[in-house]
Parts: sequence; structure tokens; C-alpha cells
Amino acid sequence: MTKKISLYSSFLFLVVVLLIGLSACKSERKKVSQDVNIEDFISEDDIFDDIDKAKKIFYSLPSPLETAMIIKSAGAEFDEELLNSLDNVTEYTTNRALALNLGIYTTDLSFASLFDQTQASIHYMTASQKMAEGLDISDAIDKETMSRLESNLQNRDIVMDIISETFLNSSSYLKENERQDIAAIVLVGGWIEGLYIATQLVGDKNIENNKLVDRILEQKLSFNIVQRMLDDNKEKPTGEINDEIVQLISDLQPLKDAFDKVLVETTETQSAVTNESNVTTIKSQTTVSVTPEDFKQIQLVIDNLRTSFIQ
Amino acid sequence: MRRTYHLIALVFVLAFISLNGSAQCKGFAKKICKLELIPYIHDGNYHAAILTEGEEAELYKTFYSGQNYRLAVCGSDALPDIEFKVIDAYKNVLFDNTEHENIRIWDFQLDASQQLKITVKVPVSTTQSEYPASGCVAIMFGFKDNP
Repeated sequence: MTKKISLYSSFLFLVVVLLIGLSACKSERKKVSQDVNIEDFISEDDIFDDIDKAKKIFYSLPSPLETAMIIKSAGAEFDEELLNSLDNVTEYTTNRALALNLGIYTTDLSFASLFDQTQASIHYMTASQKMAEGLDISDAIDKETMSRLESNLQNRDIVMDIISETFLNSSSYLKENERQDIAAIVLVGGWIEGLYIATQLVGDKNIENNKLVDRILEQKLSFNIVQRMLDDNKEKPTGEINDEIVQLISDLQPLKDAFDKVLVETTETQSAVTNESNVTTIKSQTTVSVTPEDFKQIQLVIDNLRTSFIQ
Repeated sequence: MRRTYHLIALVFVLAFISLNGSAQCKGFAKKICKLELIPYIHDGNYHAAILTEGEEAELYKTFYSGQNYRLAVCGSDALPDIEFKVIDAYKNVLFDNTEHENIRIWDFQLDASQQLKITVKVPVSTTQSEYPASGCVAIMFGFKDNP
């Protein structure tokens, strides 16, 4: 009996040592609901009833693929000149530059593939691969991915699935390895690239009744999420201040100031109608408005930001 | 005495699962939950975590008019059916899967772009169990290419 307990104790000791070792390497971060501060959701609502209860909070920005899709559906046309030059690939060496440009090149790749630009798709997948390698996530876009892409260039659905999968691979790898900050920077890079392409395509055109302009202005809603996502990562898991994130928040301040001049109002949902295909349509109205001068400022700020990101 | 040892072992096993949960969730999200999105195209974003019975999660996202979306919320086999709600900025519940036999997916589109909140809850199991179950919960979005 004594021997059995002794063996059991040894086993438990081993488990304890193993777990303590692992806990030093990893920790699951959770946010307390008290920290949730999405403007539109603040009130004495059920959400905050369990204010002391820990909840996992996710902030979801449009992925590069979704960003490209949103731009395309607003009537954008493909212009390869707007994409980040492939010659810049070797210029990016810091984690910040690699992460921003992984997002930027993935948005460019998505944009090219949505317009069936097969050669550009290969080139931008290669550029994204280089950024991923620099961030030590080369498994996200491996040789098999490249050959699968080359074999299916004529099939847009498969190409989009490949892009989606590579982005899932890189973002999940980063998040699982306590590099949520890098994952957030990748998303910001991709999102700014989408805004850059869209604002450049608008150029000097009339902003009245311009669907692309509406799409750009609606990004004010996603900017709220960007801010909170970055705030969430201001501190490293070790407790240190994350200087790269703090710098990025500061870099984005002019965009916040520019978006503050945009009015986005959404009416309360009037109804949610489900059709025979089980697709629900949420019926409401959103009004977006901005002066031509303020829109010019948004274009300028985004141009400056993107220029600084790709340097 | 033996019961105490069992309890200690269980606590550490649960801690081990929690610490390694995210690694398991990547495979779960990619190989199981993503399939729920077909024929929609996954957006590529990764939102998954280990949750225990009684725990909740929230996700905030902006959705755009003119896009066709599918939301999939999945839990691993160890968990009871996951409950989720989609709520707008006016606190209107636009969808509650408990009113639809705990279905894992919801297809929708919007007349106007807006920010929505998805609340996810792992209900407490009705089956008798000494300890609460833990497992992966993934929230995934798909959309359709509009030619």
C-alpha cells in the first residue's frame, strides 16, 4: 500500500513539474467583460450583468480576402500599379515591417485573384510566403501550397480557398504561440492596404452616390475594432509594454482624427426576414456622410500611412 | 487520501488541457468547423478557444451590405451543443440558435452595413458528471463571391 502511494506521488510530482514548465511558456489570456467598451454596446445591458465573470473576447477585422471582396463588390476595377511593388520584398526585415507587409501582400494577392490575374496571384503569393518566412511561420505557405495554387489558377474558388487557408494557418500559428500582437499587426496591414486601394481608385471622382466612397467611410465601424484589438495587445504576455503596438496606435491617430469627421448612423433593425433558402436579410438603413474636404483628408492620411508601412 | 490524489491529478490534467487548448483548437477549427461553411468561402480569420461548461465568449465584427455571410459556431464533441446569439447595436437579438434546435450555422445578409455582436455560451450539461467538460469552441465566417 505504501509503495503504491509512493508511486502515485512520484507520478503526480512528474505531472506537476511538467505542467509548471509548460505554464511558463504558455498562458491563455482572457479579458474581463468590464473591459469591453464597444461604444454602441455600452449601457446597463444584460452583457454586463456578470461583470466579474471572465469572458473570452474576440475582435474581428475584415481579413485580407474579405477586404478585397468588399472593394470588388463596390465596383472597383483592378489596377496592378496600386499594389505594393514586389521589388520591396527584400526591404522588410523587422517583425513590424514583415507583419504589416504580410497583410499588405495578402490583400494584394486576394485583390489580384478576385480579378483572375493569374500571374500576379503567383507573384503575390510568393511575396506573402517571403514575409511569412521572415516571421518564422513558413509552414503557413509551403511548397505544396504554391504548387496547389499554380495547378488551380483558372479556378477562382479554389484559389480563394488556398488564400483563406494560408491566412488561417498564419493567424492561428501566431495566436497559438503568444504572438497575438503580430497577428494584429498583420490584420492592420491588410486592412490599410484595402483602404489604400479603395481611396486611390476613387481619386478625384465625385464622392456623391459613390458606392466605393460609402465602403471607405463605413470602415469607421471597423476602426473601432482596430483600436480595441490593438489596445488588447498593448501589453505582452510577460507584462512588458509592447512598443510596436503602442507605436502603431500612435501611427493610426491621424486616421482616427479623420474618421471622427465621418458620420455613420444606422437605424434600428426593422425586421429580419428569412427566405426559402434559409437566408435571413437584416433590414435597416445606414447613413454615411462626409464633406469633400474631409474625404480628401482621409485619402491623404491613408496614403501617408500606407507609404510608411511599405517603406 | 486516494480521493485527494485523484482531485489533485484532475486539477493538473484540466490545467494541462487549458494550456494546450489553443493548439488543439487550430486543428478543430480547420478540419471540423470550417467544413460547416461550405459552400461559403472562409474569410481566413481564426477565432477559437478552450471553453468550459458555463463559460461565455463574445465577438465583435462589422458586416457589410451586399455581402452574403455564413456564421458557424462549433464546439468539440466533449461539450454540450453551443448556444449563440447575434445582437445588433440596439440590443435586438437577430438570431438565437436555441430557437432553431441549436443549429451551428446561420446564413444572412444585410441591407445596411453595421457592427454586430455574437455571444457564445457553453451551457451546463444536463448529464450527471463529477467535473465540468472543457473543449474547443470556434467562431468562423464565410462569404460568397458575388461575380
